Amino acid sequence: MSRIVVPSSRFRPGPVLLWTAVALVGAVGWGVLALSRGERVSAVWLLMAALGSYFIAYRFYARFIARRVLKTDDRRATPAERLEDGVDYQPTDRRILLGHHFAAIAGAGPLVGPVLAAQMGYLPGTIWIVAGVVFAGAVQDMVVLFLSLRRDGKSLGQLARDEIGKVGGAAALLAVFAIMIILLAVLALVVVNALAHSPWGTFSVVMTIPIALLMGCYLRFLRPGRVLEASVLGVVLLVLAIAGGGWVEHSALAAAFTWSPTTLVLGLAGYGFVASVLPVWALLAPRDYLSTFMKIGTIALLAVGVLVVSPVLQSGAVTKFASSGTGPVFSGTLFPFLFITIACGALSGFHALVSSGTTPKLIQKESQVRLIGYGAMLMESFVAVMALIAACALDPGLYYAMNAPAGLLGSTAGSAARAVTDLGFTITPGQLDAAAQAVGEHSLVARTGGAPTLAVGMSEILSGLFGSESAKAFWYHFAIMFEALFILTTVDAGTRVGRFMLQDMLGNVWKPIGRVTWKPGIWLTSALVVAAWGYFLYAGATDPLGGINQLFPLFGIANQLLAVVALAVTTTVLVKSGRLRWAWVTGIPLAWTIAVTFTAGLEKVFSANPQIGFFAQRARYAAAIDSGRVLPPAKNAADMHAVVTNSTVDGVLVSVFLLLVAVVVVNAAVVCVRAVRRRPTLPSSEAPYVESLISVGGPR
Amino acid sequence: MRVVRRYLRELTGDAEFARHCARIRANHPDRPLPTRRAYELERLRRREERPLDRCC
Repeated sequence: MSRIVVPSSRFRPGPVLLWTAVALVGAVGWGVLALSRGERVSAVWLLMAALGSYFIAYRFYARFIARRVLKTDDRRATPAERLEDGVDYQPTDRRILLGHHFAAIAGAGPLVGPVLAAQMGYLPGTIWIVAGVVFAGAVQDMVVLFLSLRRDGKSLGQLARDEIGKVGGAAALLAVFAIMIILLAVLALVVVNALAHSPWGTFSVVMTIPIALLMGCYLRFLRPGRVLEASVLGVVLLVLAIAGGGWVEHSALAAAFTWSPTTLVLGLAGYGFVASVLPVWALLAPRDYLSTFMKIGTIALLAVGVLVVSPVLQSGAVTKFASSGTGPVFSGTLFPFLFITIACGALSGFHALVSSGTTPKLIQKESQVRLIGYGAMLMESFVAVMALIAACALDPGLYYAMNAPAGLLGSTAGSAARAVTDLGFTITPGQLDAAAQAVGEHSLVARTGGAPTLAVGMSEILSGLFGSESAKAFWYHFAIMFEALFILTTVDAGTRVGRFMLQDMLGNVWKPIGRVTWKPGIWLTSALVVAAWGYFLYAGATDPLGGINQLFPLFGIANQLLAVVALAVTTTVLVKSGRLRWAWVTGIPLAWTIAVTFTAGLEKVFSANPQIGFFAQRARYAAAIDSGRVLPPAKNAADMHAVVTNSTVDGVLVSVFLLLVAVVVVNAAVVCVRAVRRRPTLPSSEAPYVESLISVGGPR
Repeated sequence: MRVVRRYLRELTGDAEFARHCARIRANHPDRPLPTRRAYELERLRRREERPLDRCC
């Protein structure tokens, strides 16, 4: 018997040493985090753990998925090459595309979720952000990107319809629309809570509208296409607007910019409607350039700040709220609620919509899905880690005084300090006032929604980086502006996407409404979309129990349910294409996400605990109304009725989400079983092989 | 600095026009090149039909 000698790949000590070192850095980081209890831990260990894990995952796991599971083939022409038209399809340099894709997926989500999750300590959040992105979030983004790439850039909804079937496809489409509405409402609520009664913040954010209009006119009439010039102009004006806000706050204009939450809700809804029916050049395009610049610049600045200042993590590793489930920021125990609170940054279903839209039409080579799909998601995860650090570096007393609902804290520094003491933390009214004054706010009590907390954390880090205590107020408002800018862009873009979907759906019933150029149709569908998210925004902003702790779980569940849809589609395609042995790559994250979302969703519907179950809450308040009582924090009968209405609507909505996604999952499971038993299923919608004629230099 | 500028020009679509002209010159040398204004206005019009992908 002859032995075939297979030449082993050449042993190169350089890379082996390098990757061993990277693994060691990560391991030391995790080791310190795991073993430190009770003492104060530097954020540098957390960064080491995260970055070490990202590099190892990218180098080994992502490569394994690309080569073995997806079998990317660079000899195969991508849609960008085959269908190149210079408009939708064009091969784009991978580094540029990475920037595009990152700007498209990263928004306010990874900044808000981790701040709220800091209630359970830094350790659970860090573990979930890192493990979640490595095994679920980045995998989802990369595999969806690849499948869409092989199908000429089809959307997730189309993939579901083509690969699973009509029922699953229709349910997926409806789920996407409903989820989008909640997403817009929650993001807008973050802005409302950040700007309420804050003339400085409101002034600088309002100023972004004339700045964007000015940039829009510059690009439309003066010098078309010179985006860089317009953006430099915009960023300079933006910084002036932030500085100007400080002046406004102490001037006679302050009263004109001190808005109540209700005024802000109306303002945002009006803005959302007008922005979404105006031509793209007027507001959306320039605002998007600004927010992209701010996003990349600020995140880089924050990364440098965290590294240089290396703040000490003040929240414990794991707080008592992780197991008791009685935390004031959001109710419920670690499993499942931590995993829906941190969605973006670990696993975000919404990315599947981006990964199956524009990006696949621009990729040069199949193997680049690793850099663009997996790599961009790792970057977003890093943003989430920094947000977690900024929140955990705050004094816990201040954190709870800012993030517990107003109903618990009362409205004064004194009542808030007492409530925080009752929670088991300490802060004096004087300290609270001083903290507010340092960042140029009248009060920091119950500034829920995550944005103000992150802004305080960022102002500490950035003022530490530049060594200037007095600049804290500037950096605080810089951070608020930075988040509001993203969110307003998302509100505008999301309303447009929602409108297109609605036009598409209604167009089946009544043709004219489906026409994208018919103005009354555009106005009507835009108004419907704004009314839908505006309703939830208003309910959230006026919720006696505190809007964020009621609505954020809904947002998290919705986002993760979308991930269930995406992972179900990807797993089905793997099984159908004869890759059953690799189906675990998306199958395990799918099983985990189903466990998380359905546990959370069912608890939100059926839990007998009024803190958690929407219908239990409804029953409690309805019973009190019947017996003529008013339950605090509700102040009067109207508040009581508001709680009953909100909890009913929220409960019904969660049930609808769960039902729609269950339809998709069951349909996908049926298709998988049929495929395994070699029964006929829908044929694969993969585009036929065409040889690639372009070559791309450099490492991929 | 030049690398950063070039990257940002590419990222924002500032460089799109030059690429478009290069493509015309390579594929249809007989066709006239559009003016920058005409090209950019057409590009803005196209964006109208394609909503931006912006995530949470």
